[in-house]
Amino acid sequence: MTVSQLASAATYGTNQPPWPGRLIIVEGIDGSGKSTQLTLLAQWLRSEGYPVVYSEWNSSPIVKDTTKRGKRETVLTPLTFSLIHATDFSDRVEREIVPSLKAGGIVLADRYVYTAFARDVVRGCPARWVRSLYRFAVVPAAAVYFRTPLEVALRRILSGRPKLKYYESGMDLGLHSDVQESYKLFQSRILDEYEKLVQEFGLTVMDATKPVEIQQQLLRRTIRPLLPRMRRRKEKRDVAV
Amino acid sequence: MSRFEWYGDGVPGVSLEDLTGWLIVIEGTDGVGRTTHVTALREHLERLGYAVAETGLSRSDLANRGLRRAKEGNTLGTNAFNLFYATDFADRLEHQIIPALRAGFVMLTDRYTYSLMARAIVRGADPDWIRKVYSFALKPNAVFHLRIEVPDLVPRVLATGGFDYWESGMDIPMGADHYESFIHYQGRVIEELDRLGHELGFDTIDATRSVDEISDYLNEQVTALLTGRGPRAVLPTG
Repeated sequence: MTVSQLASAATYGTNQPPWPGRLIIVEGIDGSGKSTQLTLLAQWLRSEGYPVVYSEWNSSPIVKDTTKRGKRETVLTPLTFSLIHATDFSDRVEREIVPSLKAGGIVLADRYVYTAFARDVVRGCPARWVRSLYRFAVVPAAAVYFRTPLEVALRRILSGRPKLKYYESGMDLGLHSDVQESYKLFQSRILDEYEKLVQEFGLTVMDATKPVEIQQQLLRRTIRPLLPRMRRRKEKRDVAV
Repeated sequence: MSRFEWYGDGVPGVSLEDLTGWLIVIEGTDGVGRTTHVTALREHLERLGYAVAETGLSRSDLANRGLRRAKEGNTLGTNAFNLFYATDFADRLEHQIIPALRAGFVMLTDRYTYSLMARAIVRGADPDWIRKVYSFALKPNAVFHLRIEVPDLVPRVLATGGFDYWESGMDIPMGADHYESFIHYQGRVIEELDRLGHELGFDTIDATRSVDEISDYLNEQVTALLTGRGPRAVLPTG
């Protein structure tokens, strides 16, 4: 099955991957701690002998240059912002995610279609158009949303990294002339959209205010039932030479 | 009441009431003579005093470089390529076409979403999906499809530099070499353009007629549209 064929789905959410691999994704606003949790999960899975593939947003090389240019020159509109990210995502699905799932890998994605569903809709793109755009995407075996109160996420982000970028602050929306204020307003709107997505797509909610190690335990507990039937890599450590 | 409509939900933040120009599209497959006719039509309209602007595929500031690189190395997934073209088109729609229409220009567009949809469908994209992707586009005021059969297209392409890798669909080879692939690929593209044209009501022109005949017809039709009177002459269909 090709990615183009996957797009014949009536809507996003119906492409259950028939392949032996597993797709596990995390979602949440910046500062929700999702990336930390996914990194810890990857380490654990690797130590258990599973073949782990890590897939990040904005990582397709050729598209990345265009995205960077668009951002640097601030010529992206809500529409082109949405389309360029869908292009990047599609490239990753075609060349990384689907082949890895076919090969039996455990694919971990830091952000998935739900990021676009939240962000592009806040930017003014029609929700049904954005959902249709991503029809080719396969449904993850597990989708975990790291629910964080706005103040907590803001504290984590704003204390550690003072330089906020134009688009990540939603400055293109003209919500506020001050970058930090704009960032807060933008993130709060994204948070509202995420809550709708939790309902619509049945995302697994993680309380991201819990201690890191507790969240990791809960995350592993969520993922473990998906794993047993996986093909494992042979352990070679004990082989004597 | 605007003279424009969207195909679907449209471009976020754009009001149709602000668009006072005209959007005229010349469609047709590779090598059919679109550029010649766009240039001739432009000269005609400018003589009549209209302000004319032009745009064509892969001419966006945002994505043209990336598209060129992707084509050189063929390093982008097929579906991603389709979306990259959509990004390029959206950028041109928002940064070239819509501003020109706001300023009251006659926007002559050398191919529109239809060619892009056709090339995507031929490469396996789901027709309904790609139509929805492009549903942010404006409905043009007129679409002229310069239509040709593949056997008539071949000598033109031979005379102007031979069979291009992409125009032959060699990224999804449909034959043993450029020529064979070209025949099948272009046949499929024309078929998809026909399907779209039939459904969306393109004005289909027999592109094997002489340049002057076609040009006179285009001038007449577009002038009639712009002035709000009926066309004086019609090109007999072959």
